[in-house]
Amino acid sequence: MSDHTSPLLRLQGVHTHIGEYHILQGVDFTVPRQGVTVLLGRNGAGKTTTLRTIIGLWHASQGRIELNGQDITALNTPDIARHGIAYVPEDMGVFANLTVQENMRLAAISGRINDSRLQWIFSLFPALERFWLRPGGTLSGGQKQMVAIARAIIEPRQLLLIDEPTKGLAPAIVQNLAEAFRALKANDTTILLVEQNFHFVRSLGDHVAVMDDGRIVHTGAMADLAADEQLQHELLGLQAAPQH
Amino acid sequence: MSDKPQALQSLHGRWDDLAPMVLLLVIGVAVMPLIGSLPTWATLTVAGLAMGMMLFIMASGLTLVFGLMDVLNLGHAAFVAVGAYVAATLAGPLSSLLKSETGAHAILGMALVALGAMVATALLGWVFEHLFIRPVYGNHLKQILITIGAMIIIEQLVLAFWGAQQMMLPLPEALRGSLRIGEVGIERYRLVAVALGLVLYFGLRVIFNHTRIGLLIRAGVENRDMVEAMGYRIHRVFVAVFVAGAALAGLGGAMWGFYREQFTAAIGTDLLVQLLIIVVIGGLGSVRGCFFGALLLALTQNYVNYLIPDLALVSNIGVMVAVLLWRPQGLYAPGR
Repeated sequence: MSDHTSPLLRLQGVHTHIGEYHILQGVDFTVPRQGVTVLLGRNGAGKTTTLRTIIGLWHASQGRIELNGQDITALNTPDIARHGIAYVPEDMGVFANLTVQENMRLAAISGRINDSRLQWIFSLFPALERFWLRPGGTLSGGQKQMVAIARAIIEPRQLLLIDEPTKGLAPAIVQNLAEAFRALKANDTTILLVEQNFHFVRSLGDHVAVMDDGRIVHTGAMADLAADEQLQHELLGLQAAPQH
Repeated sequence: MSDKPQALQSLHGRWDDLAPMVLLLVIGVAVMPLIGSLPTWATLTVAGLAMGMMLFIMASGLTLVFGLMDVLNLGHAAFVAVGAYVAATLAGPLSSLLKSETGAHAILGMALVALGAMVATALLGWVFEHLFIRPVYGNHLKQILITIGAMIIIEQLVLAFWGAQQMMLPLPEALRGSLRIGEVGIERYRLVAVALGLVLYFGLRVIFNHTRIGLLIRAGVENRDMVEAMGYRIHRVFVAVFVAGAALAGLGGAMWGFYREQFTAAIGTDLLVQLLIIVVIGGLGSVRGCFFGALLLALTQNYVNYLIPDLALVSNIGVMVAVLLWRPQGLYAPGR
């Protein structure tokens, strides 16, 4: 049984094999309810595999994944999604031949888009309204990212899994995304965010988990990591800011 | 983004959409002076359109299965054969309707025969997917081997069940002969085939563009993982599409059987290469591409047969090479 103090998501000793490769090697961490948990780590550490394992696109070969205390490890992807988990992959997964409107309609599992929710989404991403009838394939990277995130929140979800949303985007778009994530936090949405851009997440994240070689090597409050340059250097290889 | 590049992009997209249609018109107009006689040109064109429509009916299922499920089902030809054989079998009990000189009765008889063929091939498709396709999802080489094997098994079962003699499926009396428009004679059955092909094409377009299941299929063709991650059990859609594809092949088999009137169990395999060429030049998974690809192939074949009979055998390959040089991914993108 779950209560408000128990974590929303819990991974215990999760291992994932892809072909002959042993990618996740006993991942343990929790995602508390509400707020942003950031999963950091260098390239190839296993962050994307962790998200894909949670959503069931790759199956855990060992270990347990719980959502609200319920074991979802063996469920298939659609059933996991219907438990209220939305996934925004690194490539955004926007359907190129579908218009923005069709992308959004498809994401609304109930079959209809709630108008007031749509207006709220337009307030987060005003540009969406302008290219509402344009095919996804004609959008820029930043516009696609807006569609991908808007699609994930078109209906209330328990948890958003978002993979490197700022990758390759212009600073103005990154700023827009940061504001949108803050609005989502204020709306009590729980987000598990994979990012390499520490500067983007240091003020946004509430909790942090750092991965290396398929394992979690650090968990804690983001504020603690943000305040400790030595720890940042050890965990993320970041250089301390020069002292003046 | 400013309005000007957007307008240019939209113009470019519109041209991309219209280009295959314009190409068909250009070919049709360009060969007219070479043929030299308007009635002959009209007869060749309607015959090509009718053949193209029947090929489209048979290939539409194949392209959906290929595009949506990433399954190379070379056994699709077996559904065509079974459709034609079931149609020939049902034609017996329905002969009073089929032999009627009233057009409406004949069409009703044909519709019942075609419906029976579709139901039979839909059931066969469901069994085929469970037995042969399900174990080999994601492995093209195994798909090719197992579906060719399955096609041979089904052909042999057809021979065992119906015998090795030629099957007869006479065209209904009311649909024999030609309609004369001035000096141009157009076979009635070809008009039925063109009408059916158009109804099917526009019906599929409506399903694809204006229904939720169509939206799911279009999205599934592009990115199955993402559709699943949105909470849809895409495999159920796959199976439904496979069954529908088999039913369409059965419908095409029945239509082709009426057109040929006599055939053997090889009726499907004889068409397999043409069907594969249509799927490839249309763009894998594109119903619109399949439609224009089928028309392009059949019209070109008819014109070449008439103008340069020596090149008839290579015209299909020529069309494929030309289209792929122009648009390497086919006439239209998947899901369109």
